[in-house]
Amino acid sequence: MSKYSVKPNLSVNFAGIESPNPFWLASAPPTNTGEQIMRAFDAGWGGAVWKTMGAQVTNTSSRYSSINWNGRRMMGFSNIELISDRPLEVNLRELAEVKKRYPKQALIASLMIESTREAWHNVVQQAEDAGADGLELNFGCPHGMSERGMGSAVGQVPEYAEMITAWVKEKARTPVIVKLTPNITDIREVARAAKRGGADALAAINTINSITSIDLDTLMPQPNVDGRSSHGGYSGPAVKPIALNMVQQVMSDPEAMLPISGIGGIATWRDAAEFILLGSGSVQVCTAVMQQGYRIVEDMIDGLENWMCEKGFQSIEDFRGLSLPKVTEWKDLNLNYKVVAHIDEAKCIGCGLCYTACWDGAHQCIHVDRVSGQIDGPIELHAKPVEVEAASRSSITVTPIPKLDGEKARQGYTTPLARVPRVDETECVGCNLCSLVCPVDACITMVEVKTHLPAETWEERSAACLTGESC
Amino acid sequence: MQELLQQKPEIAERFGDLHPPFAAQAAVVESNRCLNCFDAPCTSACPTHIDVPKFIKKIASGNLHSAALGILDANVLGASCARVCPVEVLCEGACVMHGFNEQPIEIGRLQRFAMDHFHAQGGRLPRKSDEKRPEKIACIGAGPASLAAAAELRQQGFQVTIFDKRSLPGGLNTYGIAEYKLPLTDSLREIELIKDLGVQFRLGVEICGENSLAELEAEFDVIFIGAGLGAMHRLAIPGESHSGVIDALQFIEDYKTGKTTQIAGDVIVVGAGNTAIDAANAAKRLGARSVSILYRRTREHISAFDFEYRQALQEGVRFLWLTQLMAIHSSAIGITSVECLCTEIDSDGSLKPIDDSTFHLECNLVIPAIGQSPLLELLTQCRDVQLEQGRVVVDRATGQTSNPKYFAGGDCVNGGREVVDAVADGKRAGIAIARLLEVAYV
Ligand SMILES: Cc1cc2nc3c(=O)[nH]c(=O)nc-3n(C[C@H](O)[C@H](O)[C@H](O)COP(=O)(O)OP(=O)(O)OC[C@H]3O[C@@H](n4cnc5c(N)ncnc54)[C@H](O)[C@@H]3O)c2cc1C
Ligand SMILES: Cc1cc2nc3c(=O)[nH]c(=O)nc-3n(C[C@H](O)[C@H](O)[C@H](O)COP(=O)(O)O)c2cc1C
Ligand code: SF4
Ligand code: SF4
Ligand code: SF4
Repeated sequence: MSKYSVKPNLSVNFAGIESPNPFWLASAPPTNTGEQIMRAFDAGWGGAVWKTMGAQVTNTSSRYSSINWNGRRMMGFSNIELISDRPLEVNLRELAEVKKRYPKQALIASLMIESTREAWHNVVQQAEDAGADGLELNFGCPHGMSERGMGSAVGQVPEYAEMITAWVKEKARTPVIVKLTPNITDIREVARAAKRGGADALAAINTINSITSIDLDTLMPQPNVDGRSSHGGYSGPAVKPIALNMVQQVMSDPEAMLPISGIGGIATWRDAAEFILLGSGSVQVCTAVMQQGYRIVEDMIDGLENWMCEKGFQSIEDFRGLSLPKVTEWKDLNLNYKVVAHIDEAKCIGCGLCYTACWDGAHQCIHVDRVSGQIDGPIELHAKPVEVEAASRSSITVTPIPKLDGEKARQGYTTPLARVPRVDETECVGCNLCSLVCPVDACITMVEVKTHLPAETWEERSAACLTGESC
Repeated sequence: MQELLQQKPEIAERFGDLHPPFAAQAAVVESNRCLNCFDAPCTSACPTHIDVPKFIKKIASGNLHSAALGILDANVLGASCARVCPVEVLCEGACVMHGFNEQPIEIGRLQRFAMDHFHAQGGRLPRKSDEKRPEKIACIGAGPASLAAAAELRQQGFQVTIFDKRSLPGGLNTYGIAEYKLPLTDSLREIELIKDLGVQFRLGVEICGENSLAELEAEFDVIFIGAGLGAMHRLAIPGESHSGVIDALQFIEDYKTGKTTQIAGDVIVVGAGNTAIDAANAAKRLGARSVSILYRRTREHISAFDFEYRQALQEGVRFLWLTQLMAIHSSAIGITSVECLCTEIDSDGSLKPIDDSTFHLECNLVIPAIGQSPLLELLTQCRDVQLEQGRVVVDRATGQTSNPKYFAGGDCVNGGREVVDAVADGKRAGIAIARLLEVAYV
């Protein structure tokens, strides 16, 4: 039930850039031309970061490869594409045209140019003259451009990133966003450098260095460019957890924190909500659009609206960053908190996945002895997986035939109780594995067990150790 | 045999697959749906205990050859079983996906996918032992039971000879199973694998009479009886001897071997078991104007599987319940009509004819399908082999009969179940025979 009858307001002001909703197209093929961006705005996108402009380049053919998983395509996507392969003047002319026709949407110029102050001043001036609402500095492109001393060659060296940001800020009149590369040990280093250089905002992440796959027939790594391949930039659903972590790291660091545009594997409103909960002020999407087109924004918008209604959030700011305080360092977690797995017998379908997982991948505390034998006790008392399996392999089964077996043959299949596993709570360490592998929603839940001990973190415990108390 | 391998195209077209093969990508998607259950219930439900999740996961990873070898290791007739098994009551019926309120994994079609690949690549059965054992085993009947026993024994190095009175091997797989499930050519193709192992076939040889059994006993160390069931029951009504009355087994055999290529006019099938349904569907597909199944009792009493019944409805077969066939009328041109009587079922469940309820149905072909009789002629002659209700009594785990030299399996033991049961019986017997001979050897 929604708490508000009015629709929530999705508009955002990101570092001074206004946009009707937080959904922006990331700088990439979907923002290659003015015509494309106008169609995207018609479909509902709130903003677009123009495909990175700079000196004209030549792309390879082919340039993409992908990871398919369980029959689904493009779980992970990799590209060896460079920045825009169109002349800068053409891009800027079109940008001016788009801004004129779509004044309300955010239109940001992504820029990359050779590392001289003059070149940057020049390109900033040109982009702003054309009407860009903001500038995004591409310090992330991991291939092709880095060899030319641009892209991640800048983004991986904090001093360079700070210096170039500062050059840009000397000239810029619009907000300056620094787009970060994840191909670095600690993303906060460059984020801090960008902040020192005067950046107004950050965007993270760009693509991750990757080799997606090797064709086992031809032994050719993908993509294939005339018999050779090269590492590419990884994006799509597979990179979301990495991107979320990097956004959290930056947003929890006072020296790095700036408005951030979250990028990486966003394909639905759910992904977007997660990025915003970790502090993102807008989100950018590339791979999902390359796979399914601009139309996916429709579901993103009303999905987010519905969720906000349900939760009683009226604006993006109402929930932005709410999850940040819940992420701490490991040393701050309560060591005296305990949960154990609980199986809902009514929901269990008897697949035994939790049993296998617990025996092979956890602590051997799930058993299939529900109807006979010793119920509690050390694992030595319970049949091991091989024994359970051997017993059923040596059983004799026949086809149930109505004529020969009567009504028995017609009985439908229900999960026999003997197939519903049982958790030995005294052995369960509460690791969560079984509940993750169980295919049935809410069948295995983790239930809190009262330890009657006060909350204690590792930090507190080790401090106690130092003072001589037992630990 | 060669001309059989080229089935008439118009027949092949009419007998399109009941369960068409998977396209490669669909097979991968379907196999990824399988949960890979521990101690999988589908495996327990399969009489041959094929490790279902194991082979399905191999399909998912593109390891098709190994998937097929895994199937064959448990069930040497994996290709035909994939198509003819009543999976709804076997593996797929046990799939945990039912509990999930979802479609079960299409195990049968996945099994077929792996086996089709195996055959397309010209795969061969692996040998389990290099040893050449001198002991000789005879198998009576070349149906699924014997084939499984023979393959197991041969793979372990024994000398095996299969005898069958027919000219083609395969038993009901070749002659009896509906073409839209298993084309005759596919049955034979599968048997080539077993021939290739070195199993000897003596076809067109009927084992009959005490003498021929005594000869077998003299020549062979162990005898496996996989002779199936005998002739079909007769209707015992006036007009039955007309040439337009063909029992279901004969009828199916005739179209499978190309002797019958089309049917005209109205067909009456008597009985409502799986065989009746197969015959009725076939008559329909061969062009009959109408096909009606007459059954004395009601829908609730039929012995056909549910899905077989529904399939028949889909093919356009008509069911006449509570109807008993009384007589068959014919003229010089052939059968003209059948005379029927309505029946009712008493409160105690017994069947009662309704007086003065006789009616006539136009008809040109009558196909009785009221069950097969046991093969008593042969079985009673097997020395010291105990029978019960016309079935051979065996130790279930080994297939050994009351005469330790005789083993048995398949329809002649279980009274007529399915191909996969016969294969499981044969395999268990094969393993037990090998063990027995091994002990004798040392
Ligand atoms: C019409 C019909 C349809 C069926 N459809 C299906 C189906 O869709 N799916 C399924 O799983 N099962 C089906 N079945 C059942 C299945 O065919 C049998 O259970 C299976 O074939 C039994 O195998 P078997 O080896 O015991 O006997 P059979 O397959 O009957 O083989 C016995 C062999 O022994 C030979 N023989 C008999 N006596 C002698 C002798 N004295 N000397 C030499 N040879 C002899 C016969 O010629 C025959 O070849 C069907 C059965 C029928 C009748
Ligand atoms: C084919 C392709 C081309 C890209 N080109 C650029 C680019 O020119 N400039 C840039 O800043 N990022 C570029 N990116 C990176 C995306 O903007 C984005 O950061 C990344 O794809 C992660 O988001 P996603 O998971 O939604 O795709 C490109 C990505 C792809 C897939
Ligand atoms: S994984 Fe879930 S459904 Fe499967 S046996 Fe365990 S509790 Fe039951
Ligand atoms: S042999 Fe038949 S019952 Fe066994 S798994 Fe295969 S299709 Fe299912
Ligand atoms: S029961 Fe179903 S899901 Fe489980 S292993 Fe068998 S086919 Fe797969």
